[in-house]
Amino acid sequence: MSDRIREKLQILADAAKYDVSCSSSGSNRKNKDKGLGNTGSGICHSYTEDGRCVSLLKILFSNVCIYDCAYCVSRRSNDVKRAAFTVQEVVDLTMNFYRRNYIEGLFLSSGIFKSADYTMERMLQVVKKLRLEENFNGYIHLKTIPGASQEIITEAGLYVDRMSINLEMPTEAGLQKFAPEKTHAEVQKDLGIVRDRLIQFKDERKLIRSVPKFVPAGQTTQMVVGAHSETDQDIILMADRHYKEFKLKRVYYSGYIPINEQEKSLPAIGSTPPLLRENRLYQSDWLMRFYGFDAAELVDEKHPNLDLEVDPKLAWALRHPEQFPVDLNRADYRMILRVPGIGVRSAKKIVQARRFGNIHIDQLKRIGVAYNRAQHFIRCADTPKFIKDQLPSQIRNQILQSGQSKYTQQLSPQLGFGF
Amino acid sequence: MATYCFDGSMTGLLSCVFRAFQFKEFQVNVTRDEHAQNGLFDDFIQVVSNEEHAQRVWQGLKQKTSSQSQRNFYYTFLSENQTADQHLFNYCLYVFQHSYKVDENYGHPDVLALAQWTKQVGREKHRMEAFVRFKKCQDGLFLSLVRPDFNVLPLIERHFKARYQDQRWLIYDEKRKYGIYYDLQQVHQIEMNAHEVDTKLASGFSQSFTIELDEQELLYDQLWKDYFQSVNIQARQNMKLHIQYVPKRYWRYMNEKSI
Repeated sequence: MSDRIREKLQILADAAKYDVSCSSSGSNRKNKDKGLGNTGSGICHSYTEDGRCVSLLKILFSNVCIYDCAYCVSRRSNDVKRAAFTVQEVVDLTMNFYRRNYIEGLFLSSGIFKSADYTMERMLQVVKKLRLEENFNGYIHLKTIPGASQEIITEAGLYVDRMSINLEMPTEAGLQKFAPEKTHAEVQKDLGIVRDRLIQFKDERKLIRSVPKFVPAGQTTQMVVGAHSETDQDIILMADRHYKEFKLKRVYYSGYIPINEQEKSLPAIGSTPPLLRENRLYQSDWLMRFYGFDAAELVDEKHPNLDLEVDPKLAWALRHPEQFPVDLNRADYRMILRVPGIGVRSAKKIVQARRFGNIHIDQLKRIGVAYNRAQHFIRCADTPKFIKDQLPSQIRNQILQSGQSKYTQQLSPQLGFGF
Repeated sequence: MATYCFDGSMTGLLSCVFRAFQFKEFQVNVTRDEHAQNGLFDDFIQVVSNEEHAQRVWQGLKQKTSSQSQRNFYYTFLSENQTADQHLFNYCLYVFQHSYKVDENYGHPDVLALAQWTKQVGREKHRMEAFVRFKKCQDGLFLSLVRPDFNVLPLIERHFKARYQDQRWLIYDEKRKYGIYYDLQQVHQIEMNAHEVDTKLASGFSQSFTIELDEQELLYDQLWKDYFQSVNIQARQNMKLHIQYVPKRYWRYMNEKSI
């Protein structure tokens, strides 16, 4: 018995790990009637050796799938071990892991067996059992199965904290090529259903306080990066559109990890995933969500791809020398936030501190500003009066030379013979 | 220069502040250590904790600072660090010597230091909420032994009480020799001998408990280890980042890591 459950967990956790969504924040579900669990701002309970956080018990209900998407491990033409949990097994695992403080909750996804509705209905059974029978108030993230009916999606929304459905490929052409059975329109239809219900429930709550919670932590989606020939502009504009149209909480970018030998147009097995590109995409994502940048400012027709050598904020600053230098003692918060080397926390501290006197260089350093980077773009009380104006290319070279990217591998001084 | 020695309590520290204003002594070192080294011509003064004096100072702080700053003050105090104590003391002097509110002047070294210590203690609090691993004992008690860098048990009590309401649990700080125990009604402070519970405590290897564990404990322990192995993506291996997130000093308390 215990051997079988161990094997199942290994297979189904292994198949679920390529979904990068991990957050357990954004919900406000509280413990009720002396039950188990609550949610808050999210906790990462552990980190795997690849440096990703383990916050939720992320498993597939089953890795049997009727689809044949070229980028997916669980595609029907792939020769892997197949398994499926029973409802009770998932419930027991979740409850027992949660009680030992291993996890924040459950992330349940599944391969599609028989039909979308049949799969979704099984997953809903797990969620309802946890919420209604076990009085479990921890976090539940449920994957919407593309093509599931509106009724079942709405019912699931009443019990879970977050729902997500993956766009998979940033462009329709990519999806056509690698997953001909799926379309973006179908995904967007499901995102639309949840969005409309969310708005409806919110409006009703204004009138009646006891309206139940509906997907309190909102929706997310994920795109695979580097599997097809899409540009960063495609990805960022796609993400931006979904943030605006579907009120998404997050868009995740997942560097494609080669897992398919047959499909020759996908990156070959053994090639490294595009980690740096993924990192730059997340940086732009943060700039859009927290720093007031517009997608069109980060990428445009002239610069369809993000600069891999410098981060997108610095790249923007170098392209717009007319906006700088910024006088930290006078500029408004919005502009201080745009200076490379100053983050949200530092910008807020600067705005608070300058009410008590002029800001000096040493204070900036202690506040936590990356001064080596910021110095080219700011003026404060004790900046030397006469400094030479530098061209953006000179600033860029200075910054690149003063630091070493963690992505560039250092050359060993020893002779290498290649074996 | 004078050196004030207090008993390590918040009351004691605030009493030091009271004394400083009483005697108009503002160049003062504060310490918890009775045998602290002091200069040849320094006065060494044992400040007695006085509840009434401390209350007056605290009321003053409440008037002159925001609730956020009061929280920072408490967090910084829990770091139990000599430098932090000195910053707290100087911070009080700075606040009381100004007629207007200065607790958000991050240009001032003591105000900034409080914000930074708060960040450190807050990070440790968050780590404890994440890295505590309960083991289920035969009598249904969920037990965990930890050694946080700072005294964060008072801070995490609320989180665990809100979360685990239908099980008895005990989190024990083996460094400060006290624990918090939830008996399905309330949280109590308790003391015990951690060396009796954990046989590997002295040697520093992964925990091994002498207490009779629940019959299913081994299974779920193993399942968690399996899960932890399975979710790792080998192609993205990044040990440096892993150790940055899970520093090695916590490994012996986490069952998925073994040393």
